[in-house]
Amino acid sequence: MLDIKRIPIPALIGIILTTLFVLAAVFAPWIAPHGNGEIVGDVWEPMSAAHLLGTDNLGRDLLSRMIYGARITLFIAVLATALSFSLGAILGFSAAVFGGWFDTLLSRLVDLLMSIPTLIMGLVVLSVLPTNLVTLILVMGILDSTRVYRLSRAVAVDINVMDYVEAAKLRGEGSGWIIFREILPNALSPLVSELGLRFIYAVLFLSTLSFLGLGVQPPDADWGGMVKENKDGIVFGIAAALIPAAAIALLAISVNLVADWVLNRTTSLKGGRG
Amino acid sequence: MADTKAKPGLLLDIRNLRIEATVFPPGEPPKNIVLVHDVSLTLEKGKVLGLIGESGAGKSTIGLSSMGYGRGGVRITGGEVILNGRDILKGGKDGFRKLRGREVCYVAQSAAAAFNPAHRLMDQVVEATLLHGTATRAEAEKRAVALFKKLSLPNPETIGERFPHQVSGGQLQRVMTAMALCSEPDLIVFDEPTTALDVTTQIDVLAAIKDAIRDTHVAALYITHDLAVVAQVSDEIMVLRHGRLVEWGGTRQIIKEPRQEYTNALVSVHEIEHAEQKPGTAPFLSVKNITAAYGGSHIKVLKNVSVDIYPGQTLAVVGESGSGKSTLARAITGLLPPEQGTVTFDGRPLANRLADRPKEDLRQLQMIYQMADVAMNPRQTVGTIIGRPLEFYFGMRGRERDKRVAELLDKIEMGKGFSDRYPAELSGGQKQRVCIARSLAAKPKLIICDEVTSALDPLVANGILKLLLDLQKEENVAYLFITHDLATVKSIADSIAVMYRGEVVRYGPKSKVLAPPFDAYTDLLLSSVPEMEIGWLEKAIKGRRMASAGN
Repeated sequence: MLDIKRIPIPALIGIILTTLFVLAAVFAPWIAPHGNGEIVGDVWEPMSAAHLLGTDNLGRDLLSRMIYGARITLFIAVLATALSFSLGAILGFSAAVFGGWFDTLLSRLVDLLMSIPTLIMGLVVLSVLPTNLVTLILVMGILDSTRVYRLSRAVAVDINVMDYVEAAKLRGEGSGWIIFREILPNALSPLVSELGLRFIYAVLFLSTLSFLGLGVQPPDADWGGMVKENKDGIVFGIAAALIPAAAIALLAISVNLVADWVLNRTTSLKGGRG
Repeated sequence: MADTKAKPGLLLDIRNLRIEATVFPPGEPPKNIVLVHDVSLTLEKGKVLGLIGESGAGKSTIGLSSMGYGRGGVRITGGEVILNGRDILKGGKDGFRKLRGREVCYVAQSAAAAFNPAHRLMDQVVEATLLHGTATRAEAEKRAVALFKKLSLPNPETIGERFPHQVSGGQLQRVMTAMALCSEPDLIVFDEPTTALDVTTQIDVLAAIKDAIRDTHVAALYITHDLAVVAQVSDEIMVLRHGRLVEWGGTRQIIKEPRQEYTNALVSVHEIEHAEQKPGTAPFLSVKNITAAYGGSHIKVLKNVSVDIYPGQTLAVVGESGSGKSTLARAITGLLPPEQGTVTFDGRPLANRLADRPKEDLRQLQMIYQMADVAMNPRQTVGTIIGRPLEFYFGMRGRERDKRVAELLDKIEMGKGFSDRYPAELSGGQKQRVCIARSLAAKPKLIICDEVTSALDPLVANGILKLLLDLQKEENVAYLFITHDLATVKSIADSIAVMYRGEVVRYGPKSKVLAPPFDAYTDLLLSSVPEMEIGWLEKAIKGRRMASAGN
């Protein structure tokens, strides 16, 4: 079914890089040469055989920090994106199918949430609630789901008036079948492309929060937090802050390469087999 | 072949035209396919040549080649197109620019889609003339108004100030003809100009086009799949199939003495013999005094409609667009709950709203749509599409379901291999067959067919009608057949309801409805169906008692 030779090169690059990131995250304790909080050398040591990426502002091994950071970053971003998509898509589709007061109520609620800038909203909520992983994921997921809701509602409204949906309603199908079997497969293309983007926004949002000190708390750190820790080094010509930043960029690109490829496959109306 | 360049009066001479396109089948290397195989034709000044054939015959492609245009990546790879004594294919881009809209103009099938909705009609009508600098704006507008008059458009002086959405479809098509004629070209390509119109509107547009061609002495290529239409306007007819010439001759010869088998099939296509069945004693579905409206009872689309349907028989509902025939179907199915009146089914009243009906009632009433490609979920395979009603109504699963799907595929004369295909991998006729199988899967008592053949080529449509009739005999299912095509009605109906502006104006068994004396509207409808006879158009226009509602 899936022939490796037929995967285009950009997608292949994306898949390999994303897999590497995921593997690093999952097997962090076994891969990392040093512990996460272990101080192994001088402050901001340059790259060497002992410390492949050098050391950070406290003399911890930067490579090990990066690997552990991948774990936290990916974990939070994946869960937040999953939450925002399941919540946003299901509510959006339901609003389109049921219409009426249900649609109006939800849509105005979403308008309300969207009228407050996401970052400010996140800052306010997180400064009030205890900062732990669960609240972080919930806040990020719910704030992002408003965007997904808008998109999926708009897409589903168009699909809901198609003759095949009417045929399903005439058959007497329940809303579950209509949402998941008639609308969802046809709304997949825009949702997949949005998924690639949203995941990266989640990584960036988490980085922003951590940079501002409201995200992941020390001694743990996601990549955004690591940029913050090492930002002062830039003044002295130390590249330690740029390495996590580069990792974020690389992850963004590789995830979107994969998303593009999935998008190409899902847009085929002939089951991708041509 | 003799050199025809010197022959006086010859306008267009296409020699050994070969047109190719590259297709990109996924997973395979791109390959070239030949769309038009070395077709030659000649057209004299002031003459009309009809190009006919089913979809994919290459008729539009050939028509557009006369202006050197290949639609969507199509390439002209061989032959010559000689217009006014020079080969236009050698003229390059500049040559095309001088030619298009000046020597050759084009009238598209869907005028509604071809006009820019943001500009006034007049600006679009005179645009080509002004671009080519053949007249000043004042002259061009004067010419346009004269053309509007000739094409018998209402308010010819002021209609140019309107926007495209402010005129009806038939009027828009005529404005488009005026646009083509405005720059006084030598040749006009008409690409199915009346196919999307109602019969009653079609006849007006057809007459207008014919008069305009006669008065302006322009030559024309008239592309259509309707032989009866082309017989009215053209001097010669060319029959095409799969990009090859089948037969080329005078109009009279083609329709009276076709020499090729395929032409013969096209000429005799509409005739299906169907003996009318006498209405039984008790109707199983009767619609009583239904009134329905959109937008909170402001716009009444159905007024006091009553019809009966008998088991195993076909009731045809006829009328032009906007007559309420599809709304009647929506009222019966419960999609649009009627404001007044009842629908009785098997002696008990049906719930007005779809949501209030039990599954069993839903199973008994199935529906087939006009556009088969949007009536099927493009992400489901044929097996899922046909199998779902089996699962849903009868709880069939696994092998039992697959076996039944195979049986149904067999019934619609399609092989077993189709069950893994997606709708995008089927032809138009096959799609409609799958929709028929889906509705049959529910073993219904009544199938509502909403214009099921209007989007299909005549030969394919004919096959579908025959299939429907056969299935009716086998399964004893009744049809409510909605259509605007009276030829279809004649071949399938047992009783007929003629609708006009939301009311049933004539209702009864087929033999009575189609026998004189007629009321004015039925007369108009009947007389508007093109007949394969030269001179029919003039006779029909003369004999009309009322104008069509769409005008």
